[in-house]
Amino acid sequence: MSKANESTIQKNIPLEYANEEGRVKIIGFWLFLAAEIVLFASLFAVYLVYLDRTADGPTAEEIFEIKGVVIQTFLLLISSFTSGLATHELRRRNTKGVVVWMIITLLLGVSFLGMEINEFITYVSEGVNISTSAFWSAFFVLVGTHGVHVTFGIIWISLILVQIAREGINTVTSRKLFIGGLYWHFLDVMWIFIFTAVYLIGMVL
Amino acid sequence: MNLSEIKDFLIGEFFVTGDPTIYAAQVMIALTTIGIIFTLTYLKKWKWLWREWLTTVDHKKIGIMYIIVAMLMLFRGGADALMIRTQLALPNMDFLEAQTYNEVFTTHGTIMLLFMAMPFLIGLINVAMPLQIGARDVAFPYLNALSFWLFFSGAMLFNLSFIIGGSPDAGWVNYPPLAGGNLSPGPEINYYLIGLQIAGIGTLTTGINFIATILKMRAPGMTLMRMPIFTWSSLITSIIILFAFPVLTIALALLTIDRLFGSHFFTVIGEGLPEMYVNLFWLWGHPEVYILILPAFGIFSEVISTFARKRLFGYKAMVYSMIIISLLSFVVWVHHFFTMGSEPAANSFFSISTMAIAIPTGVKIFNWLLTLYKGKIKFTTAHLWALGFMPNFVIGGATGVMLASAPADYQYHNSYFLISHFHYVLISGTVFSIFAGLHYWWPKMFGHKLNERLGKWAFWLFVVGFNVTFVPMYIVGLMGMTRRVYTYEEGLGWTTLNFIETLGAYAMGIAFAIIVYNIYYSARYGERDKTGDPWDGRTLEWSIPSPAPEYNFAHVPKVKGLDAFWIMKKENKTKKKEKEPYKPIHMPDDSGQPFMMSLFFFISGFGFVWEWMWMGILGLVGVGVIMILRTFDKDEGYHISSREIKRRERAAREDRIDE
Ligand code: HEM
Ligand SMILES: [Cu+2]
Repeated sequence: MSKANESTIQKNIPLEYANEEGRVKIIGFWLFLAAEIVLFASLFAVYLVYLDRTADGPTAEEIFEIKGVVIQTFLLLISSFTSGLATHELRRRNTKGVVVWMIITLLLGVSFLGMEINEFITYVSEGVNISTSAFWSAFFVLVGTHGVHVTFGIIWISLILVQIAREGINTVTSRKLFIGGLYWHFLDVMWIFIFTAVYLIGMVL
Repeated sequence: MNLSEIKDFLIGEFFVTGDPTIYAAQVMIALTTIGIIFTLTYLKKWKWLWREWLTTVDHKKIGIMYIIVAMLMLFRGGADALMIRTQLALPNMDFLEAQTYNEVFTTHGTIMLLFMAMPFLIGLINVAMPLQIGARDVAFPYLNALSFWLFFSGAMLFNLSFIIGGSPDAGWVNYPPLAGGNLSPGPEINYYLIGLQIAGIGTLTTGINFIATILKMRAPGMTLMRMPIFTWSSLITSIIILFAFPVLTIALALLTIDRLFGSHFFTVIGEGLPEMYVNLFWLWGHPEVYILILPAFGIFSEVISTFARKRLFGYKAMVYSMIIISLLSFVVWVHHFFTMGSEPAANSFFSISTMAIAIPTGVKIFNWLLTLYKGKIKFTTAHLWALGFMPNFVIGGATGVMLASAPADYQYHNSYFLISHFHYVLISGTVFSIFAGLHYWWPKMFGHKLNERLGKWAFWLFVVGFNVTFVPMYIVGLMGMTRRVYTYEEGLGWTTLNFIETLGAYAMGIAFAIIVYNIYYSARYGERDKTGDPWDGRTLEWSIPSPAPEYNFAHVPKVKGLDAFWIMKKENKTKKKEKEPYKPIHMPDDSGQPFMMSLFFFISGFGFVWEWMWMGILGLVGVGVIMILRTFDKDEGYHISSREIKRRERAAREDRIDE
């Protein structure tokens, strides 16, 4: 649809919203995010119910290492900010700026992921895993689901960057990047919830 | 593995063995498959199948494919129902073994709800909703095809369990610990979990697609309050899907992880809570029954107002009552397990919220009656199904309110009274609506009507059979017969009632056979629909030729009010419209990717069912590769030229002049 609609682009509107196709796809993506929120909400509910169901295994307090998690949080927060900068460059139609900021975003994401994997390995070596108790099942699945989402986001946004590098900024690539950015912010917001519900509460209780 | 081990595995575990009916089924399935492959090859139809169907992104064809698969599933689920009823016809029958019986009622329930009723409705929405809002397509045609193929692979995976590995047997709700790894190792339950998971993803994407379509693709002038009521019901249903299905995804996923990776979400060792599954399941499961009933209400509303030849009475009240029902549907789930021992306060809350649903539902019934009041009523087959629905649904609803009373539920719980209640609402609601919709929109799909005489025969036989089956079920339930028992003793006073039920069930089976025959008969001899408007319809789908052209509307219609086409006909605008010049129409490209992606989902699912991780992961890699290919897809589509449109519209209209 891209070519057909390029001529009908309205001025003064962000490129990704300029044609009907862009607007429809962005709405569709918001709806998808709504479903994702319900998905995570269910996992949070399970986790919170299972908070003290550790059987005779270790508790969160004994295992959690908050320092790494705080760093992770900062990495993801900053990456959200840099992806915002990428969107800003998108509006200015500055391909190079977009690519640079987005690559920084992805690198931050990769480091976040590395730390998470590391965290999991440490925990497992300290003797907890998915089958230790209901609590640890809930922990690994909730945080792991977020991690899988981040992995998916990194691959997906990289593919979009390849397209931007090849074709520059047009209605299609800007829409894709905009949606990728939304997704990235969403993952950040979910992480804030995880940080609060999992790590802060886990340390206190 | 050496050769004899492989042989042991194949005979001992892989292929289901032992029962002659299953051998017969295996042979039948093999023969049918060979038959289909042979016929397609012989008639050189492979290319046609691929081009016209497997790769299509046309919402009408996708709708038709949904309907075909759902019909097949209705056949399978119906055969299961007859097997159940045969086993229960007389005391101490040994037609089915206890284990087989468990498998049969489990597949019956699961298939009827998830692979028959819901996809059937989604198929009808696919066919009719975009036409009703004057759209050229759904918002995401490619995604629509993917949704269908995901449903298809989920359904096939689930059905495969019958001949390979063994059918699930823990009931359609699949509760742990019965469905957990300790009590049910092996592949059976995995089929349920993964088959539903794959199909469920397809349903979720459909929901997203329909919401975006309805919000963004309406013809100019069609405000929300001018939308046909069936479109409204599709919108609300889709919103329920959006909020309910992710919960199912989680429930199924957690149980799968428990089984495959030894986590403790629902096992008491490790302090997991089986009742957590029950809560999650019904938090999806109750809204699911509204996913099944709201589109049905929409269909009945269209059919009743068309054949009463009146505007739908209380249109706004209908819309608001659907919205209220959809909200309430999320706060009643505990009524499925009052006896699980929640606190009295909780039970009371859920008891009252459940009863509250009767109010908006009652409003709808009165609106239908008032639409009929003083109407010029035509008794077409579609209309008969809609009229037959009302008294039967009221019976189901009234007994539902009885069940909603928490203390009384301790008496009814898991008895045949309950079984009868939900069949009353599901059959008179959903199944009747499916048949109403099928007869109503058939001409728009295929260009000819279904035979009315055969249709009416089927209707009467079905309605009578339905009541003969389920009225005695209420009684025998109150007498103490519980669900999911595979046989009963003599002398309990249940025998006559059970025998009558079985007769009724067979009557319904024959009625279904008549409907199927009618499809065949009408394809050969059915009355052709040359006008595009066989029922003197009110909504936009009747303003275009039958069968609907792939671009739907040659001119985008302008909507001036509710019942847009009726207004056009009154103002005599229909002829004028045809004289306007045509503009080229942009169409999306067909794609084989949705089919391929679902094939990989199927492979992956099959791997995980057998806990062959390499195969599961391989399938997922296939899915990933296609997703990557898709990102780089330009998907520019193509244009149908104005000359071509002119030619096709003329051809369709020439037919009308011949008349
Ligand atoms: C020919 C019509 C039908 C007959 C005779 C029939 C009969 C039955 C019977 C006797 C049972 C109870 C099995 C038991 O508890 O042992 C049952 C269960 C069930 N039926 Fe039907 N049925 C029919 C159609 C349908 C339809 C159309 C639906 C859904 C749209 C449906 C959904 C269910 C469900 C969900 C269960 C519960 C299964 C379970 O307990 O896990 N049935 N049916
Ligand atoms: Cu319910």
